[in-house]
Amino acid sequence: MTVYLPIAELSVNILIILGMGAAVGFLSGMFGVGGGFLITPLLIFYNIPPVVAVATGANQVVASSISGAITHFRRGTLDMKLGSVLLVGGLAGATVGVWIFSWLRRLGQLDLFISLLYVVLLGTIGALMLQESVRAMRRAKTDQPLPLRRPGQHNWVHRLPLKMRFKKSKIYLSAIPVVALGFGIGILTSIMGVGGGFIMVPAMIYLLRIPTSVVVGTSLFQIIFVTAYTTMVQAVTNYSVDIVLASILMVAGVIGAQYGVRVGQKLRGEQLRALLGLLVLAVGVRLAIGLVVTPDDIFSVAVGGQSY
Amino acid sequence: MRARSRIFALLGLLALMPCMPAAAQVPFGQASAVKEGLEIGVSSNEIAITSDFRGADLTIFGALTNADELLLAIGQYDVVVTLEGPRDYATVRKKERVLGIWMNTESMTFQQVPESYSIASTRQIDVLDQGPSFSSVGVGIEHLPLDPVGYIRDSGAITEFRDAYRRLKLGSGLYQRDTSGVRFVSSSLFRASLRLPANIPDGQQMVRAYLFKSGNLIFQRETPLRVVKTGLEQAISDAAHERPFAYGLLCVLIAVVTGWGASIIFRKD
Repeated sequence: MTVYLPIAELSVNILIILGMGAAVGFLSGMFGVGGGFLITPLLIFYNIPPVVAVATGANQVVASSISGAITHFRRGTLDMKLGSVLLVGGLAGATVGVWIFSWLRRLGQLDLFISLLYVVLLGTIGALMLQESVRAMRRAKTDQPLPLRRPGQHNWVHRLPLKMRFKKSKIYLSAIPVVALGFGIGILTSIMGVGGGFIMVPAMIYLLRIPTSVVVGTSLFQIIFVTAYTTMVQAVTNYSVDIVLASILMVAGVIGAQYGVRVGQKLRGEQLRALLGLLVLAVGVRLAIGLVVTPDDIFSVAVGGQSY
Repeated sequence: MRARSRIFALLGLLALMPCMPAAAQVPFGQASAVKEGLEIGVSSNEIAITSDFRGADLTIFGALTNADELLLAIGQYDVVVTLEGPRDYATVRKKERVLGIWMNTESMTFQQVPESYSIASTRQIDVLDQGPSFSSVGVGIEHLPLDPVGYIRDSGAITEFRDAYRRLKLGSGLYQRDTSGVRFVSSSLFRASLRLPANIPDGQQMVRAYLFKSGNLIFQRETPLRVVKTGLEQAISDAAHERPFAYGLLCVLIAVVTGWGASIIFRKD
């Protein structure tokens, strides 16, 4: 059963796209991640042009982040003020990101850049996750106590000016690193089609020392707006959001996520993280192989010129 | 934007120009007093294709007029029919291994080349191609003018990129050739089948018929053909390009409704 994707301009098997959306949704529900960093490479593996994969991936993340953010909002684990400051940086970053995206596309280096960025990011994060979870598993086996966390400890981040009080997070923090973090993630959102939660959450916990309880909800809150904004900007500048592809992915994704959450609650944390780490690494390695293997044809042709 | 379309119109005119002198240069046959002509007919000047279009054959009927019976009998007349898609710039990129990674290093942009091109002929073009006619009028995939934008010093590179362009276009099916696509059904009546590729670009296409006598172009005729894509998918594609803001907004809205809806449906109370 095939369906024609009007923007990607190719026919795909709807069952494969549904399966992809459901699988990524399942994983995102299980691990509590947005899934953009898995869906975009998968779409690229399935021959969807990277330009379309990235823009559509951002659109899909909007849907997958909303239900999570609503849950956190109900539980009161969402810091609106902190989220808004992050968002300021995020929107600026996304704007710059789309500009870089269009520029790379004109140069003919976009596909390469997206793949490289994914290889570096997925490789690093996958390896870190795997290492951390293996260490945790070993610790659990030998029954060692957890190393003491010192949440009160201050680092250079806390000496920056422009301090603001975030009541919900119970933290007094400079706005500069928050905006900068949002900005960096915003760039990644528009170039890679990811929400960026997998970078933002650890950065907020370890770098900004924001209490873990509000981190996920707050990052989801800002991801909704940055990915929605990116979808808009991509649609207007690159015409690369495929509404048919996005809709199929979203519906399959939100359903898959519900089952993922249930399974995730039964599995142990460190095993779950080890699995995710392996998966992330595998996707990164697959992309890296694509960069190194000799292409079928070293020439490619594109309609349109450098005349604009 | 307006200036650009004016340039396109001008280039379009320029593209047509070579045909005019060719038609004017018709060699008045020493033997035949009347000159030969060609008539073609297309069943419709508009083709509507749906999104599940898998490609089709376009049949064009035509007739030779005032043909010399003797020359016809010994096969001295050849007919070539082409279908040219809308013209645009095309950029060819070449990958090279840099630090172990394949990346685009060189590129060349060709001016105003047809996005699609189908050709059908009575015989193989190479066999037909004796005189300078083909390259001067640009008939045949090998003779389509591919002029790079800007000045390129290395002529070897131009040949390489031109060959790559033709190969890629043939490979994608956008360029097609059928060396036996034109058949005479009677002594002067012929039928040409042109393949419309599945990914045919929509817009103004041009059907051109050329008559060759002993390898020389003596007559040509053309008729426009509009390819209109229909269906929901095309409407979506049009909306994405013509009303991108509203389209983007709709994409976001669908995402919001899907996400929100899921959290309501699957809410654990």
